Amino acid sequence: MEWFRWERNPWGQEILIGLSWDLIWVAVAAGALLIVAHALLYYWRWRVAGAATISRTLPCSELVEPINQLPEKILRHSVASRLFHWVMAASVLTLLFTAFLPIWGVKFSWVTAHWIAGLVLTAAIIFHIIHASFWKGLSFMWISRQDLYGRWMTVKETFGSAVEIENKPGKNPLENKLFHHVVAIATLAAIITGLVMMAKIDTPWWNRNPYVLSDDTWGIIYIIHGAGSVALITLIMAHLYFAVRPEKRWITLSMLRGWIPRERYLEHHDPQRWPVGEAARRDAAASVASETEG
Amino acid sequence: MAIIQDMMPAFELFQPASVNDALALVNRYGKDAWVMGGGMDSLDWFKDRAKKPKVVVDLGQIKELRGVRQQGDGVEIGAMTTLTQVATNSLIQSRYGLLAQAARKVATPQIRNQGTIGGNVSQDTRCWYYRAGMQCYRAGGNICYADTPTAMNREHCLFEADRCVAVSPSDTAPALIALDAKFVVRNSKGERVIDAEDYFIGPKVDITRMTVLKPGDLLTAIRIPGTWAGARFYFEKLSDREAWDFALVNVASAMIVEGGTIKQARIVVGGVANRPFRLKPVEDSLRGERVSEETAELAGQTAIWGAKPLNHNHYKVSLMKNLVKRSVRGVKV
Repeated sequence: MEWFRWERNPWGQEILIGLSWDLIWVAVAAGALLIVAHALLYYWRWRVAGAATISRTLPCSELVEPINQLPEKILRHSVASRLFHWVMAASVLTLLFTAFLPIWGVKFSWVTAHWIAGLVLTAAIIFHIIHASFWKGLSFMWISRQDLYGRWMTVKETFGSAVEIENKPGKNPLENKLFHHVVAIATLAAIITGLVMMAKIDTPWWNRNPYVLSDDTWGIIYIIHGAGSVALITLIMAHLYFAVRPEKRWITLSMLRGWIPRERYLEHHDPQRWPVGEAARRDAAASVASETEG
Repeated sequence: MAIIQDMMPAFELFQPASVNDALALVNRYGKDAWVMGGGMDSLDWFKDRAKKPKVVVDLGQIKELRGVRQQGDGVEIGAMTTLTQVATNSLIQSRYGLLAQAARKVATPQIRNQGTIGGNVSQDTRCWYYRAGMQCYRAGGNICYADTPTAMNREHCLFEADRCVAVSPSDTAPALIALDAKFVVRNSKGERVIDAEDYFIGPKVDITRMTVLKPGDLLTAIRIPGTWAGARFYFEKLSDREAWDFALVNVASAMIVEGGTIKQARIVVGGVANRPFRLKPVEDSLRGERVSEETAELAGQTAIWGAKPLNHNHYKVSLMKNLVKRSVRGVKV
């Protein structure tokens, strides 16, 4: 297996032209391995520790008091966030299919669909950055010391240690934050290099000119673009796997309808770290009202 | 980058005597096998060392691939029939003069004696950057050297460019599409018959191939139906030299004209796109029109709609317009 594709340019120099497509299969294998490993670990925990450990539910006594103070539906994803997620999902899937199907031998006219999906993704990400910076708040995605400590406790618990400290995450668990950051790096790598590649196509604003960069620089651009894209294969496989797992269904559904049940909120989140304030309560009420009307 | 020399790299040569043997070979060797017809395109590649196949399957010994046969109300031409045989065959001359004329216009008598109809339609593009062995998109790289601010692209395309701007170089391909020919392709799974128009693919679909042929496929015959036999034909090829040259632009048209009115028409232009470029809008606009100077002028104008010339091939726009105009107006064949 090779890591890179090399060619000889008109001046007889060996130049990099991109990532080896063998790595597509490495990415698929990595995704499959991750899924199988998680499924086995989950099964092992279920057999050894029992269902209660992996699917924790709070006793009624712990729920009665907080429930009375909370709306029935807790808003987890605003309309804007959900819209961004689904636009990103559609554009990333379009990009991956238009990029990799022709390499796998499914031949069709892919270039126009590919760059249009790339521009849609770019616009969605710019929107997301602005939305997250000025409306949602970046702190939701910061990895805190508490996150790391909480995850360490979970690992210890998984391997049989007695853990007394209840350490629930805020709005986003550590794994969600890590996944977000890795996807952000891979996606930004792919779209920034993809935008540079637009120099190679004619648009109403400029004529293509591949000589704006040297052969070597183009090689690096293609490698970064390929690496980001190939990484997204593994990441999306993992994302889809967790989205369809039964115990994660309530999270998946929240990306469709926006809210989670208050019981789930209390079971899986720390109200101190993700307080459902007056504004959130109003949003939830408005969301529920609009759904009821609809 | 090609090393221009007359010494070909070593390869294993097979000369099967039947189509089944040839199919077994191309199936066994897959991508490593190079199928050779008359060798007019292949030997250039080998001598330039731009293509280095491990195995060459020479179809020259397969008799069943040669000859012109009447089939129903049409004809079947074996893929290994030479261009001279096509050009001089009485059946083709009398019923499909368009193809005979196109075949007569290919290169030189020596090349036509050796080159085959199957090879002529399946040959690779003549873009000199690509033929020189540069690693362009078509060769699996990330660049089209022919479409840059400094590129020499006088012979390149006006239409359907998609990263690659090379053109289809065949003279007989536009004629066969105009005659609504069918191409018979065989592989280990069986036989399929493809419309001539669909035999050629552009870079949008697959930038590394000019035709639908994949490793393991063999073009065995070309069938021309009787639909257009004896129609009003026109073929014209313009190139820098009268002989031994590829077309800058060529045009092939077949029209059924009754009482001075065009009932049906098929017009195909070569040298302006990655594949022979059929002018369906022009054909539609001609249906029901009288053959006249005005109709021809309108056809020429319609033909060039959407042309996107490169730095050095703007002349092809007016060349194409006038050839289409003449194909509607004139009686050359």
